[in-house]
Amino acid sequence: MSEQVTGAQSLIRALEHAGVDTVFGIPGGAILPAYDPLFDSEQIRHILVRHEQGAGHAAQGYAATTGKVGVCMATSGPGATNLVTPLADAHMDSVPIVAITGQVPSGAIGSDAFQEADIRGITMPITKHSYLVTDPAEIPRTIAEAFHIASTGRPGPVLVDVAKDALQKMTTFEWPTQIALLGYRPVTRPHGKQVREAAKLILESSRPVLYVGGGVVRANAAKELRVLAEMTGIPVVTTLMARGAFPDSHRQHLGMPGMHGSVAAVSALQRSDLIISLGARFDDRVTGRLDSFAPYAKVIHADIDPAEISKNRVADVPIVGDARETIADLVVALKAEHDNGRRGDYSGWLQVTRSWCDRYPLGYDEPEDGSLAPQYVIKRIGEIAGTDAIYTAGVGQHQMWATHFIPYEQPGHWVNSGGLGTMGFAVPAAMGAKQGNPDTTVWAIDGDGCFQMTNQELATCAVEGIPIKVAVINNSALGMVRQWQTLFYDSRYSSTDLHHARTQERIPNFAKLAEAMGCVGLQCEKPDDVDAVIEKAMSINDRPVVVDFLVNRDAMVWPMVAAGTSNDDIQIARDMAPDFEVDE
Amino acid sequence: MSKHTLSVLVENQPGVLARVASLFSRRGFNIDSLAVGPTEYSTISRMTIVVNVEDLPLEQVTKQLNKLVNVIKIVELEPSSTVQRELLLVKVRADAATRGQVLETIQLFRAKVVDVATEAVTVEITGNSEKLDAFLKVMEPFGIRELVQSGMVAISRGGRSITDRSLRPVSQPA
Repeated sequence: MSEQVTGAQSLIRALEHAGVDTVFGIPGGAILPAYDPLFDSEQIRHILVRHEQGAGHAAQGYAATTGKVGVCMATSGPGATNLVTPLADAHMDSVPIVAITGQVPSGAIGSDAFQEADIRGITMPITKHSYLVTDPAEIPRTIAEAFHIASTGRPGPVLVDVAKDALQKMTTFEWPTQIALLGYRPVTRPHGKQVREAAKLILESSRPVLYVGGGVVRANAAKELRVLAEMTGIPVVTTLMARGAFPDSHRQHLGMPGMHGSVAAVSALQRSDLIISLGARFDDRVTGRLDSFAPYAKVIHADIDPAEISKNRVADVPIVGDARETIADLVVALKAEHDNGRRGDYSGWLQVTRSWCDRYPLGYDEPEDGSLAPQYVIKRIGEIAGTDAIYTAGVGQHQMWATHFIPYEQPGHWVNSGGLGTMGFAVPAAMGAKQGNPDTTVWAIDGDGCFQMTNQELATCAVEGIPIKVAVINNSALGMVRQWQTLFYDSRYSSTDLHHARTQERIPNFAKLAEAMGCVGLQCEKPDDVDAVIEKAMSINDRPVVVDFLVNRDAMVWPMVAAGTSNDDIQIARDMAPDFEVDE
Repeated sequence: MSKHTLSVLVENQPGVLARVASLFSRRGFNIDSLAVGPTEYSTISRMTIVVNVEDLPLEQVTKQLNKLVNVIKIVELEPSSTVQRELLLVKVRADAATRGQVLETIQLFRAKVVDVATEAVTVEITGNSEKLDAFLKVMEPFGIRELVQSGMVAISRGGRSITDRSLRPVSQPA
């Protein structure tokens, strides 16, 4: 007879068998039994966070930068509901995480017991799958399935809710050798005929664009993408989720498309006659008004999730498959065409798109009052920390500047909340990224609004020895909302100022706050001091560092396609449209 | 808009109906009719879902449904090659004066009286929705006191089964 263990021991053993080395979480009543064997685990390090949302985003940051499944743990009720935002975030951005939550004892489920919440029900629409385990014998199989589902096909979050009595009861542990899910069979091999059709369309096109999305990063397909791009000479755009999938320094890279995309990337898609979409999903922030998006383009849409294909834009050639396998097959198919003397020539088109890059580069104006330009701060961090560092961001202006002004040369070095747009993502995500990559410099580029949502995890970082670096791009306002108020609400700044209305005092003092949490706190408000303070931050590796950059409040993110308008109406600055006359 | 009948094989597990229902609601699709019941396999349930959508949203519905881990297979059943049935139980007022007429009409529709009271009869009738609508229209003048109707169930004509090729699990090394 096999050894008797508690459900809790079974759970921790299962996590060990799944290859887990880090769990971010907070104990509480219902999950408490699991924390006892976790205490003894030599394989798993538990990072005690200060808020469950931090655990979830940390698991995301860990997963996005290591390619492994991130794990977070929380107790029932409020512990579990605090994971809702990271689960929704991971669902939108296809991040493989497994969340383990305690649940009240099975006999109490449904009775509105203390700290009871139907977390499986709550998270149904925001997880790839979710489980409620009430029988301890089910624990190993459930954990094996959860990791399998989270990491295969289109990655995503899986929730495993375990009733407290299931953790306490005795059971036997047996790790399953096979996973048999009747209803889960992701297609990874692309269909050969579809790939050949795609190759044919590419040869017939004259203005193709490679529209690269986060799927290329998740599938680890950057190398294959580069081969495809270079053998064809087709210009490339990388979405917010795909920054780094193709080197920014590459001649064929036109930048990021979308609402705050580069003129070249946005215009190339608009004028293209063939969009080759690889692991992207025609999100509204990319397409703008859908009915006027890329009106001349046929579409090859390759995605591992069949439901993304033709969801927003009808595909002429749909390809369901893993991005890496699809791109590799496409390379083979195109190579065969090339060998038969059939080859597209897009050099003229590439040159036209390059000319847009040259004429409308990403830029910004230095503030006239001599104050600090936020873009300059971010640009210098990117230049000093370099392309080997990992950058995370919150959501808003600083996020857009961080995609614009930091150069990305490799995938997995840019981590942000793209789909859900979760403010407060940067600090906990940086914590997870640093935990997964202890030898890499990790910078959280954060806004002052975002920072105030999750900065409590700095205490976690200080206590657990996770020396991240945080740049608070502090304009003492909810900057992106303020920008919209400037542009669309007649500069009526309703509820976007974060400083004291009468004294203009900036509250809190972030440097002092950082010091209070065991970090080094620095402050910078003059352009001349920027390099020195970044160098100082780079030199501190025994503790987290927070630099409060007091920046100009009126800086805006450009270019911009206003919400609900066509990408043809892109503006490079307020009331300034690019002038394409010269081309025509 | 047009009506489509989807036959959905799902794992017989708690929460599956909630997943399917919440998916329809979240994606903004209306369910016209829904029926759930067992199949020839104890571990598998079958849902018959009637939706009223255009072709392209229908494709989205089925693709999104397919993403649910507990959903095993989805087949759209074409009315022309399918037997479709709903069950209706209705209490019709039938007093001494009208009873004869009511019973005659019930016979014309090959419906069945399942309960009799002094002032009403309860009728059971199965058929496709057209037949049930027609029956109700004729019954209406007598006075309908209460009615309850099931969701539609449907099965394809011919000897093949939709479970024929869907129950082979694809095993993955863990």
